[in-house]
Amino acid sequence: MDKMKWLEELKGIPDFESCIKDEAIKKALPNIDIMQINVGRLCNLACKHCHVEAGPARTEVMSREVMEACIKVFKEQGFSAIDITGGAPEMNPNFEWFVNEASKVCSHVIVRTNLVILTEEPYRHLPQFFAEHKVEVVCSLPYYRAKDVDRQRGKAVFERSIQAIKKLNGLGYGKDPELVLNFVYNPGGAFLPPDQNSIEKEYKAKLGAEYGIVFNNLFAITNNPTGRFAGFLNRSGNLESYMNKLYGAFNEGTLEKMMCRNQLSVGWDGKLYDCDFNQAADLTIASGETIMDLVEKPLKSRFIQFGKHCFACTAGKGSSCGGTTEEKRCG
Amino acid sequence: MNTYYNPEDLPKFGTIGEESPELWEKFISYYGAVFEEGSLTAREKSLIALAVAHAVQCPYCIDSYTQDCLSKGVNEEQMTEAVHVAAAIRGGATLVHGVQMKNIVKKLEF
Repeated sequence: MDKMKWLEELKGIPDFESCIKDEAIKKALPNIDIMQINVGRLCNLACKHCHVEAGPARTEVMSREVMEACIKVFKEQGFSAIDITGGAPEMNPNFEWFVNEASKVCSHVIVRTNLVILTEEPYRHLPQFFAEHKVEVVCSLPYYRAKDVDRQRGKAVFERSIQAIKKLNGLGYGKDPELVLNFVYNPGGAFLPPDQNSIEKEYKAKLGAEYGIVFNNLFAITNNPTGRFAGFLNRSGNLESYMNKLYGAFNEGTLEKMMCRNQLSVGWDGKLYDCDFNQAADLTIASGETIMDLVEKPLKSRFIQFGKHCFACTAGKGSSCGGTTEEKRCG
Repeated sequence: MNTYYNPEDLPKFGTIGEESPELWEKFISYYGAVFEEGSLTAREKSLIALAVAHAVQCPYCIDSYTQDCLSKGVNEEQMTEAVHVAAAIRGGATLVHGVQMKNIVKKLEF
């Protein structure tokens, strides 16, 4: 059965849209900052929580034509950041070309890496490449302990992630103000993330003491009940209780800063979405336009497409690809 | 009823306040205040609660505080250590009562 139907059939959870009282919240902002581009589902890992169900057997990879359209639309519409994700975006054959082109038109290019790929051939030179282009590196490290990371992401992933982080640190990442290194925490199962500032302090203390690792910020992200994680919830009998947790923790104060309001998400084939989770839910933007359709056309204000999976972004202090949305950073 | 303990009863905890709402309100407000960040962090308090839950052997509290600990970034190794603290105190409390046994033996035997 379609995984999104599992959510829709949960009678105790209302439609997400019915929880939004202010109609203006249902629309994306007039000037959107972030263009998030998912350059493919191909990945060297197959993590248990992955909402786009990326893995080594996936074949969906963004073409150079779609990338060119992204760059054109970015320039025309005045976005401020390009956020490149996947899969393992590094495995796209046009990845380096794309980062090069993106860096020419955008001063804030973000690459989301699983770290492990940076320890494999032919990708070992990429940390240096990132530093040369002053790319912000956002990396997945769901805990500070091998057992928990490997259970979620695969055997020896933690050890190899530490190797990659040490290399990034050696190049100045996490130290030089121009080389930003952010980590992503996500829960290792069907529970909500901890307070972002508290877990960041723990990460810094543990990883600093044990491995001499430094980084800038930790983003605590709530697992979204889509893709592979939805499959786990259903198989393990946790789907209903997890959705009750998300709905029970619904915080109206997080609605205004939902990431879908300030980004446009581009799929590997150029289809447009309100966010990467809607990509997983196969929920394109209402107009059905692709990135190619937007070239040399004004970006229209759009109504966001919601589903019950959106409760993951509004639980507790909120969640986005940049972590908690309602929390002030300490320090 | 198949069992005295039923997970579906946990969300009914509040019904205990039906016959004495004032006492329930006092309890729940005290309970909330106890678990707020203070000199101890909310995370430390959750671990203490987990250990006490094991010492008093309350399945509802073990369920709640295992989940609460996970949501506060506590890992299984740390939770297991907390359970050992509870076990050590319970075991120690049993053994230290052995002194009473020894005192009585001393008093009664030749």
